[in-house]
Amino acid sequence: MATQSAAQAKTGVEMQVGTDVMIELSSVNKWYGQFHVLKDINLTVYKGERIVVCGPSGSGKSTMIRCINRLEEHQRGKIAVEGVELTHDLKNIEQVRREVGMVFQHFNLFPHLTVLENLTLAPIWVRKMPKKEAEEVAMHYLQRVKIPEQAAKYPGQLSGGQQQRVAIARSLCMNPKVMLFDEPTSALDPEMIKEVLEVMIELARSGMTMLCVTHEMGFARTVANRVIFMDRGEIIEQNTPEEFFLHPKSDRTKLFLSQILHH
Amino acid sequence: MTDEAVAIPPSEERKPDLPPPLSVAGPIAWLRENLFASPFDIVLTLVSVLLIYFVVPPLLDWLIFSATWTYPTEVVLGDRAAKFQDCAPGGACWIFVRARIGQFIFGFYPEAERWRVVLSFAIGAIGIYGLLGGPDRFKKYAGYLFFIAFPIISVWLLRGGLGLTPVTTDQWGGFMLTLVIALVGIVLSLPIGIILALGRRSKLPVIQLLCVVFIEVVRGVPLITVMFMANILLPIFLPADMDINVLLRVLVGTTAFVSAYMAEAVRGGLQAIPKGQFEGAMALGLSYWQMMRLIVLPQALRISIPSIVNTFIGFFKDTTLVSMVGLYDFLNMVRAGFKDANWVGVELSGYAFCAIVYWVCCFSMSRYSMFLERKLHTGHKKR
Repeated sequence: MATQSAAQAKTGVEMQVGTDVMIELSSVNKWYGQFHVLKDINLTVYKGERIVVCGPSGSGKSTMIRCINRLEEHQRGKIAVEGVELTHDLKNIEQVRREVGMVFQHFNLFPHLTVLENLTLAPIWVRKMPKKEAEEVAMHYLQRVKIPEQAAKYPGQLSGGQQQRVAIARSLCMNPKVMLFDEPTSALDPEMIKEVLEVMIELARSGMTMLCVTHEMGFARTVANRVIFMDRGEIIEQNTPEEFFLHPKSDRTKLFLSQILHH
Repeated sequence: MTDEAVAIPPSEERKPDLPPPLSVAGPIAWLRENLFASPFDIVLTLVSVLLIYFVVPPLLDWLIFSATWTYPTEVVLGDRAAKFQDCAPGGACWIFVRARIGQFIFGFYPEAERWRVVLSFAIGAIGIYGLLGGPDRFKKYAGYLFFIAFPIISVWLLRGGLGLTPVTTDQWGGFMLTLVIALVGIVLSLPIGIILALGRRSKLPVIQLLCVVFIEVVRGVPLITVMFMANILLPIFLPADMDINVLLRVLVGTTAFVSAYMAEAVRGGLQAIPKGQFEGAMALGLSYWQMMRLIVLPQALRISIPSIVNTFIGFFKDTTLVSMVGLYDFLNMVRAGFKDANWVGVELSGYAFCAIVYWVCCFSMSRYSMFLERKLHTGHKKR
């Protein structure tokens, strides 16, 4: 079913979805003590797909994408990124994290380093890139997120929107194969959301595989080729954006959509 | 200029602003606002002025104006040694310090070899300056100098051997000994403390338990006890033919002691680092040690600077406790001078001198830490 919806997707963005599996979650379960956060999650993400995950708070959407780079540990089931399975093997975990970029709600920039140092840190230490080359790469991505002039500043001197764009550039410097977004615009003032979404849309157009937890339904309509709705730890529904917004199937989806679209 | 209504008519030239009335700005307003704002403030101000009046002039008089700074003629001519009776009664007796400054600084170190101590500490001072205050591009070399070259050269210079006359550690004393103990304790306790702090937060139960036990045991015991234990217990655990001298035992004990305190100071900083910083680092693929070294510790240590320096200052003063196991540190060396028949009665001046020296050392550490905090501040923090 996932394959079909992926293949059928028709959005504003040209189709670039391949048939190579990027991320595979099968029967993933997770508990916080007694609380069952993720219930039997099955999800296949293909190369070039742009998936938006939405759902009420506490539905497990953040937890799910945090499991993909092992910021959270799942207790049952299997998660594999590009065929590398996430187990207790540190080597696998670090390999997956190198290839998976992540953007957080609160940016998580390193306040003691300049913007440029934030960007070059991982390429230099993880990819063993020479400093000069890393700086060139960093400036390239700073240009792409349209703030090259802020390179020498510290994160604390930037606005929220600029910080989030730096965070996106920081992930891109590692040349990731997948980007995970965990509510990237939720901590931003309204006037700054647009500048971050523009960067994300541009990124989607470049063919990046993206998995975004967000409530920005406009973004979902523009770039997503699949929207996933989660509630109480389960994937309730997934479909193309048109189908999802116009003809939601389950009652829970309808309720959720009515709450976020008419306020 | 338009003909619309404006506050100042265009024809009239604007005059310079008048100065604010004296009741709002200026010295009188300042006095009124800060010293005489309320009846209670007036009382406080008067009491403070009286206190200053009764304490400061006599103190300055005793320390400086009525103090004896120079030897009497007979002593200068070499007819006899200086003694306490040479000092004027109403002031400090600084000729005591003058007569014994060599011992205060070098202890029983042979006079002919004292240049070695001076040279060794000069190297250390250059290293410290390069590390703490010098230009950034020399930091790396200063680091090598201070952490690698300095310890090796100092041990050689201070102890002798390899062409130099050996000087056993029981001849070390005075301010030099205080500095040796303080430097070893301060320099070693920081890395050991960091390891202990990380260990205490480790997810590996054995490592965590070891660190917790070490920290809590050492921290729960007075420093004197640690020193006695090091002095008496250490030889029991070591092979019988291995003779470690008292100084080394004391160094092991004091370093362990400061390390435990340091671990808690660093742990305080670690706990203040938001979870997002760890996640941001992990998501980029950094390994545990890279994350700690590049992201977490630089921030945690910056936060802990006040408590780290607090520990250092406390430890610097605690070095005086080594006198309990028979070592002649600076304070003990000065006290030894009191026993000289020529100097009976000089205690007050001697202790005042000690207090000034310790205060200068501790105060400079404190000022440096404030400078460092300002320097490392990088704009207001967000997560």
